[in-house]
Amino acid sequence: MRRILTVVAALAAAAPLASPRALQALAQDTSQVREGVRVGVEYQPGTRPGLVVLPGSGLDSARAIIRRDLDYTDRFEMVVVADAPNGGEGLGTSYGIYKTLGAQLAVELAAAPGGLTARLHDLNASRVRNEQTMSLPAPTDPGYRLEVHRIADEIARWASGTPGFAASRLLFVSGGRVYRVDSDGDQAIPITAAGGTALSPVWAPDGQRIAYTRLEAGRGGVVVHSLVSGAALVAPGSQTALNITPSFSPDGRTLAFAHSDEGGTDIYTSNVIDRCCAQRLTVGRYADNLSPTFSPDGRRIAFISTRAGPPQLYVMAANGTDQELLAPFDFGATGSSNGPEWSPDGANVVFHREVSRSPQLFLVDVAGRRVRQLTSSGRNEDPTWAPDGRHVAFVSDRSGRRQLWIIDIETGRVRQLATPGAARLPAWSRRLGRTAVSTNP
Amino acid sequence: MRASPKLMLLAAITFAAACGGSPPPEEPAPEPAPAPAPPPPAPEPVDDSAVRERMESERMASEAAERARAVTAELGTMINFEYDQATVRPADQGTLDRKAAILSANPNVRVRVSGHADERGSDEYNLALGNRRAAAAKRYLENKGIEGSRVEVVSYGEERPLNPGSDEAAYAQNRRDEFEVTAGGDNIVAPQ
Repeated sequence: MRRILTVVAALAAAAPLASPRALQALAQDTSQVREGVRVGVEYQPGTRPGLVVLPGSGLDSARAIIRRDLDYTDRFEMVVVADAPNGGEGLGTSYGIYKTLGAQLAVELAAAPGGLTARLHDLNASRVRNEQTMSLPAPTDPGYRLEVHRIADEIARWASGTPGFAASRLLFVSGGRVYRVDSDGDQAIPITAAGGTALSPVWAPDGQRIAYTRLEAGRGGVVVHSLVSGAALVAPGSQTALNITPSFSPDGRTLAFAHSDEGGTDIYTSNVIDRCCAQRLTVGRYADNLSPTFSPDGRRIAFISTRAGPPQLYVMAANGTDQELLAPFDFGATGSSNGPEWSPDGANVVFHREVSRSPQLFLVDVAGRRVRQLTSSGRNEDPTWAPDGRHVAFVSDRSGRRQLWIIDIETGRVRQLATPGAARLPAWSRRLGRTAVSTNP
Repeated sequence: MRASPKLMLLAAITFAAACGGSPPPEEPAPEPAPAPAPPPPAPEPVDDSAVRERMESERMASEAAERARAVTAELGTMINFEYDQATVRPADQGTLDRKAAILSANPNVRVRVSGHADERGSDEYNLALGNRRAAAAKRYLENKGIEGSRVEVVSYGEERPLNPGSDEAAYAQNRRDEFEVTAGGDNIVAPQ
């Protein structure tokens, strides 16, 4: 901190900095939330390049969104510099000043006809590494923010080799309704009607459909809801009794779900494109099998089963054969495991497991079957992967009521995803294409 | 036929007694007390046996309704479960035995069993757990000879807590099966 403060005076001529107080407040916020959750995650400082989003005039909302999106990737040490009230675009001869601040990369954003021009400067090489002019609708356009997020994701790809995940959304349940919200917590919009009980929303991989359980009088079908047309159809095989925990196959054609009736709870699949072909995958005999989640290649399904007593994590082929334990547990000692979701890269399954009757997030790596605990304070449950396979959104009561939080499993950094009310059962989309629905259906 | 004022008055008194919410008398109704009304100007012969018969039948109807209410209440008695368990506790077996007896005596009665969970545990798993709790009660009743088609199984998971609290007492109340008569409840009778 001291090193940065000493250069404030030197920088004042080139570009005004954020006040030292603002810098300090940001650092405190981050470290505070880090403390409670740094369990089992190794954070290696210095491996992340310093990155500064250069101040400039105009494009204020886009610049602020992109700066925050890049920060949320957790792939950069963000160097915070205040926006210039007038002018200050371009780097000119100030490469050295930003290098002094610890930046190795600088992002320059300049207004261009119909959009903006983004440049990524390599400060050590004193050259522009990437440059592209990208179109952008008017800020009043409902698709504006998602388009800005896409630009941020592309800049993250230039700078780190991996695209960001800002152009994505989450579903969650609040007050019995399914909501969707942007990945940065903006624009929480209800999707299902008030007065019902909707549970367990999930995205189709195309980002244009969702599925959820509509609970009515203790029964309920799995509804496949088109965000494009607003059409809502009950999935084949889920018309009777209680049907819960839906999950789309990677090609978006098959829906897996759990069907509960007096014989127990078992996993079925059906074809939601041709609307046919319900097939039973598990035979519980009064045991429960639920919460299916496809591997990204579509060949396997991880799921929860009570076949050995308490609910634990198993895996099977997508046709129901070769069922076996996935996450090892000690009978009588290990707590219940629930809420699994297979990572987008296929390497891990995240789930929650009870520790002293409080759920905590865990990972199991599919190849080695090693289990790793991610959180330890409060109740932390119902995890869902970000499109980058590195961040996980989950429900936590650490703030006093159930809210959505996001953890970076590489660094352990945690931030809250603010929602208007209590929130639960989140589901993160994949990166959303330009056909993603921008307005409320 | 023209009812006499005295007869109408007696009927009104009887009706008030039947509807007043007080328990029906254990003893046969006493002879009608002298009516407080002024003597009738044109006395007509009162058929005492007809009045007694009518009062007796009304008293029996009232008692039958009361018994039916008690039987329906017995059928609606909840049972509770241990944490993350769906096994009928020994303490609740008597409750289910009485339900089985009532269902045997009333072949037209159908019930819906709804399973519930406390707020601990996974929201989604609790739906399956509630389903298992309701199914456990149904299996118990089936083993006592009740036709399975008369017992419907549903689950609310943790979505409808009986007690909104977050302590063990509230949790214990919320881990439950509720029983609701869905058909044939109008003429329910007590088992012999």
